[in-house]
Amino acid sequence: MTSDTSIAVPAGSSARRRRSSAGPWRTALVTLRRDRVAMISLGIFLLVVLACLLAPVYEHSVAHTDAFTSNISGTTIVHGKPSPVLAPSSTGLGLGVTPIGPTWDLHHYFLGADGQGRDVMARLLFGGRNSLLIGGVSALIACGVATVLGVAAGYFGGVLDAVLSRLFDVVWAFPVYLLAISLSVVLLTSGLTVGPVHIEGDSLWLPILIIAVIYVPYVARPLRGQVLSLRGREFIQAGVGNGASDLRILRKDVLPNVMPTVLVFLPLMTALNMLTESALSFLSIGVQPPNASWGTIINDGLGLLYTRPMVTVAPGLMIAVTAVTLNLLGDGVRSALDPKARLRGAA
Amino acid sequence: MAMFIGRRAAAAVFVLFTISVLVFLIFFATPGVDPAARIAGRNADPATLMQVRHEFGLDRPIPIRYGLMMEHLFVQRDLTSFVNRGALVIPQILQAVPVTLSLVAGAAVIWMVLGLLMGTAAAARRGTALDPLMMLLGVVGVSIPVYWLGEVVNLLTQSRWHSGLFSWVPPLGYVGLSQSPGQWALHLLFPWLTLAALYAGIYARIVRGEILEALNEDYVRTARAKGLTERRILIRHALRCSLIPVVSLFGLDFGALVGGSALLTEVVFGLPGVGKLTFDSLQNLDLPVIMGCVMYAAFFVVLANAVVDVLYAALDPRVRRA
Amino acid sequence: MPESSLVRETVRGAGAAGPESLLDVRDLTVSFRTRQGVVRAVDGLSFSLAPGEVLGIVGESGSGKSVSVMSLLGLIRDPNARVEGQALFRGRDLVAMRDKDLRPLRGREIAMIFQDPMTAMTPVYTVGWQIAEQIRAHDDVSKRVAHERAVELLDEVGIPDPRRRVGDFPHEFSGGMRQRAVIAMALANNPSLLIADEPTTALDVTTQAQILDLMRRLRVEHGSSIILITHDMGVVSDIADQVLVMYAGRAAEQGPKKDVFHRPRHPYTWGLLDSVPRPRAERVRRLPTIPGSPASPLDVAPGCPFAPRCRMRHERCDERPELAGGPAHVDACWLPRDRRQELRREVVEAAVAEGDPGDLTEHGAPLDASTPPAPEQGP
Repeated sequence: MTSDTSIAVPAGSSARRRRSSAGPWRTALVTLRRDRVAMISLGIFLLVVLACLLAPVYEHSVAHTDAFTSNISGTTIVHGKPSPVLAPSSTGLGLGVTPIGPTWDLHHYFLGADGQGRDVMARLLFGGRNSLLIGGVSALIACGVATVLGVAAGYFGGVLDAVLSRLFDVVWAFPVYLLAISLSVVLLTSGLTVGPVHIEGDSLWLPILIIAVIYVPYVARPLRGQVLSLRGREFIQAGVGNGASDLRILRKDVLPNVMPTVLVFLPLMTALNMLTESALSFLSIGVQPPNASWGTIINDGLGLLYTRPMVTVAPGLMIAVTAVTLNLLGDGVRSALDPKARLRGAA
Repeated sequence: MAMFIGRRAAAAVFVLFTISVLVFLIFFATPGVDPAARIAGRNADPATLMQVRHEFGLDRPIPIRYGLMMEHLFVQRDLTSFVNRGALVIPQILQAVPVTLSLVAGAAVIWMVLGLLMGTAAAARRGTALDPLMMLLGVVGVSIPVYWLGEVVNLLTQSRWHSGLFSWVPPLGYVGLSQSPGQWALHLLFPWLTLAALYAGIYARIVRGEILEALNEDYVRTARAKGLTERRILIRHALRCSLIPVVSLFGLDFGALVGGSALLTEVVFGLPGVGKLTFDSLQNLDLPVIMGCVMYAAFFVVLANAVVDVLYAALDPRVRRA
Repeated sequence: MPESSLVRETVRGAGAAGPESLLDVRDLTVSFRTRQGVVRAVDGLSFSLAPGEVLGIVGESGSGKSVSVMSLLGLIRDPNARVEGQALFRGRDLVAMRDKDLRPLRGREIAMIFQDPMTAMTPVYTVGWQIAEQIRAHDDVSKRVAHERAVELLDEVGIPDPRRRVGDFPHEFSGGMRQRAVIAMALANNPSLLIADEPTTALDVTTQAQILDLMRRLRVEHGSSIILITHDMGVVSDIADQVLVMYAGRAAEQGPKKDVFHRPRHPYTWGLLDSVPRPRAERVRRLPTIPGSPASPLDVAPGCPFAPRCRMRHERCDERPELAGGPAHVDACWLPRDRRQELRREVVEAAVAEGDPGDLTEHGAPLDASTPPAPEQGP
């Protein structure tokens, strides 16, 4: 549109908003608070987190069960009558066992038992802790590392930028799951030793670090581009011209400008990382047994799909609900902060 | 155009090389345990370890080791599994490739067609109920684990409603295209739909956004001033220009799909593709097979990306001579 | 209201031929609903245009020039926009027409070219394809014929080697060539009215002159009427027969070119004319400027919209002046018509003499506070 036709009404209003004294962060918070979808999403997400945090309480005080040891010959109470947790299978050759289905009784195998007689509900909550932990922590690490690397590459340029950019390019072109599989397979058998620190093969830190590493370029590349274009802008040039130190310019001018992008990435990244964790766990190279995550529970349910689908359906629903709320929250943060940040496709 | 293809091919070769180096370093140069022990599998006897050490040149300098591995993988193609003793890895992979290709290509066609149709419809009728629906589909698409969706589909089509609505659905598995095209399509139908369902929503949302942006461009105003019909403006001008960013995104997602979601989908639907092969070898940590699968899949992804880039240049005249 | 009917009479007079006019716009108003309330981008604009005539619409950016002509063709797609009034094109009201009925007129009867040739063409099709598309949108001819015609048109607008260049993409053309191609496209169906929205603004001076030359030639050869929108008084004096000066969505002054240029009546027109350097005029140390900035459509003064920037402002200006002073040449100003030339000289001298012309209007003080010009006694 030419300058004439667009009468600049929206532009005028946003310019007015910028000039208001409230400050961009405050304004964004107010906008976000008014975003009903984002707020409901945040509420549901927090509920899920709270429920998962209460997993030990549920295990000990409500279900009176042990989520991590098998309970092959145990019994429980259904409709007031005792019944076995695992019954000999009635279908097929009758070789296997069929675990008890959902009783819908919070005290006795609410969602039924898995193939080893363990309470699915209790495992679901414990698994959620791990899935959320891995998703959240790896997202924090990925965003943190990516901010440092992306800003450094974009700001300092030169050899540093060339090296980092090539590195991002290679990891970017490498399909994430294949990279994660390669890293996991190698590290699972032997653990990881960096200097004095040794991480065991079954530690949660392995999936956290692996997932964080593979997604660093997803955040670092757009950030680098953003810093690159910031560098050319007048206020940074003015800072350089005034003889401000790099550190000062980075802290005062660059960081405040890339922070909105990082903040938008954070919830989206958490959702993506959680999904990746579940996929790796499903492939049995993520969280290692007897520890659980939503992905491992789905894997446990593979053989029971047609008889006891709840073992599979419940964790999948939890993943989907959590990821949907995080994505909607991310969309809300995006429209509140208004950077053009978009995470590359979906994995 | 020829120049462009040439340059793109050179870039692809470079990426392939770096990826192969990266894979090599991950498998052979990670500090910690002796790589021979990893390759030979759990509880290998000393003789096997010696054999592995010799075959992969583990006592020689790293560049030579890299060369040896590439030779085993692509020249001699004689990499063998130590879990299933003597089983050659590469022929297994080559046998699995058509299955994966069938799955991915079919799903991609479905998701692109659905995405373009829904996205264009939503852009043409913006402000109606299609908008929030598209938004929801897109968010759900990026939020559902594909393998889980596949399991739920299986639960419904193979078990719960199999005696009624879905009695025509064949059991899980794969039938080759050359054997029986009808059965091939029938066996792949639900895997295709499962994969496509997740991507169609996102693409519809992206297509819608791109078209709405294009509709604000000056050239659309020109087209309107020319007296073209709204339909022609939408499809021949706005949609045509929106295809460019959509296709470039498609290249990235297609790669991610081949090396990710497709792998998981194969496992769930019992399709004997590269993904299933990888999954099976992961269960008993059969490293040579895993390595072979990763390498071949990565190569395939890079090639697919290069093809998409050429397609992109065919769509956008500005890129060709740039 | 006797006054407004009188205005209507005079305005019709301003557009040369009454009944045989090609386009007759009356009381055109375009308003937008915004968060800040309803904004009038165009407010009661009237003009008419005879066949073969060139109308120049002049004004600063934001004065509603583009919006007014785009509204004629139904090109304003903003759902918050509202177009009112009447625009009779060969007796049919464009404003009341449905989009479906308007479409066959676009490109065929009324063609439009826009300011920025860089973005005016769809980037993924060749220039020839786009011209052929224009032809085939209205004429039932084969692709071959349309393609041949595209070559001829490119030749006509002065593209060298048109047979080869017809297969080029827009990004392979320079800015001037692109604008020529856009003009070729606009001429493809021999429209009887060509609307050119700042066709030369984005081009360098040499190319500007060539494009104007081209338009002048086309007017002779095709006999089309032209509405030329510009902010450049020089361009208008070059090519226009009639001039319409717009300020804040309203007509400030309109009439035949020679009247408006030789006896400009509105202080805004004075400002526009005097801020153009004239090579043969006596040298002044600095060019006078119009103080202040163009009125925002969000915030138009309730009285005369130009009053906040006017050096001749007085009490009467709190009331909105209507167009008057006809028959052919009208203006919307309260100053006494018989003293305008004298007042203009005062303004120019004062503006040149002033160190900072913007300063005075900041305080809203009229130029000569001791002797306020006698307000006119109504039309």
